[in-house]
Amino acid sequence: MGYQSSVEILTEWDIVAARQLGRNEAKEVGFGTVDQARITTAISELARNIYLYAGKGKIEIERITEGGLFGIIIIASDEGPGIPDVRKVMEDGFSTSGGLGAGMPGVKRLMDDFKVETVLGEGTVIKATKWIR
Amino acid sequence: MNKLMATFIQDNLEEIISRWQELMKDDSEERFFQIMSQDVIDKTSREFAELMISNLYEGETNYENRLKDFTNKVVRFGWSISFVMKAITHFTTVVYTMLEENGTIREENMKEYVMTFAAWITPMRDGIVETYAKTWERTVQLQKIALQELSASLIPVFDKISVMPLVGTIDTERAKLIMENLLEGVVKHRAEVVLLDITGVPVVDTMVAHHIIQAADAVRLVGAKCMLVGIRPEIAQTIVTLGINLKDFTTTSTLQRGVEQALAWTNRQIVEVEED
Repeated sequence: MGYQSSVEILTEWDIVAARQLGRNEAKEVGFGTVDQARITTAISELARNIYLYAGKGKIEIERITEGGLFGIIIIASDEGPGIPDVRKVMEDGFSTSGGLGAGMPGVKRLMDDFKVETVLGEGTVIKATKWIR
Repeated sequence: MNKLMATFIQDNLEEIISRWQELMKDDSEERFFQIMSQDVIDKTSREFAELMISNLYEGETNYENRLKDFTNKVVRFGWSISFVMKAITHFTTVVYTMLEENGTIREENMKEYVMTFAAWITPMRDGIVETYAKTWERTVQLQKIALQELSASLIPVFDKISVMPLVGTIDTERAKLIMENLLEGVVKHRAEVVLLDITGVPVVDTMVAHHIIQAADAVRLVGAKCMLVGIRPEIAQTIVTLGINLKDFTTTSTLQRGVEQALAWTNRQIVEVEED
């Protein structure tokens, strides 16, 4: 496990704090501008989902190394209602809040690796990884 | 008893201050003691000590006022709240220890003194926390107003063409404001083309995109065209990856190109004037 830092998501402004943290981390690890924007946007989406659907939760950002590769993991965790149908959520254009429905599938495309663990009534943990190329 | 303590502190002011300074230097991360000259430190310390004593004198008539005065002055020192709290704690510790050392506080009257100390310190702490909180609240309030003023203004640049430059983070509240100002401005300036400039927006996620799309739709309803300008390369890439559909939009990389396009739509163009 590498260096780690986190932001609690309680208000809309915490989303800004989370992505600021993400941008700084990404910059320090050595990501380029485009990847910084990708990581920041991914954090923004995940943090907003926490704020919208779970009410409160946490965004953790962890630096990782593996086989000479450097990267970042975003861990978005909450104790909200959970996601009833993950497959549906991953479809483009599906939204229960009147949004664009591009958030979750978008994050998956923005990042290199994307995992969702969710239990109805207990919460959701999403881990998204990005490597420096 | 308060009077007794006040006199004691007054009489031993020098020693109390020097002991207090020692304690403060030992355990403060605050740079105050490191940067300031000894002169300033001494002066401020004395002021602080006098404020502490002024709170001891009885006479309930203007106690409230004195407390307010005290907290206002302490806040004006510009110390952080934790530093002030530490300063108070250390000050009382020094006074208590010295009273114990010279035999004023003994086993039998200890309880009484503890009560006196509590009655001395507690309202001070409460007052300080309250004053700090109020100061912060006021600052935040003012900044919020300042931010709102900067938020979203629609600027008429040519006849029938207006620009709204967006700078900073867009949250729900601001998105609402943007929409309102946009529609109001379009009607007021009789704009036919509106350019939304997102050069200064750090992150365009699905929510921001959603708000922009909605705003553009609303603009269309009042009979004008909306153009999105100032899309930075990295933002363009994230928008595409996210899968946000902006196909119904005319978008350009810079405001300049956007203005040219807008002029073309309104059957005009900028030409260089040849000199005679």
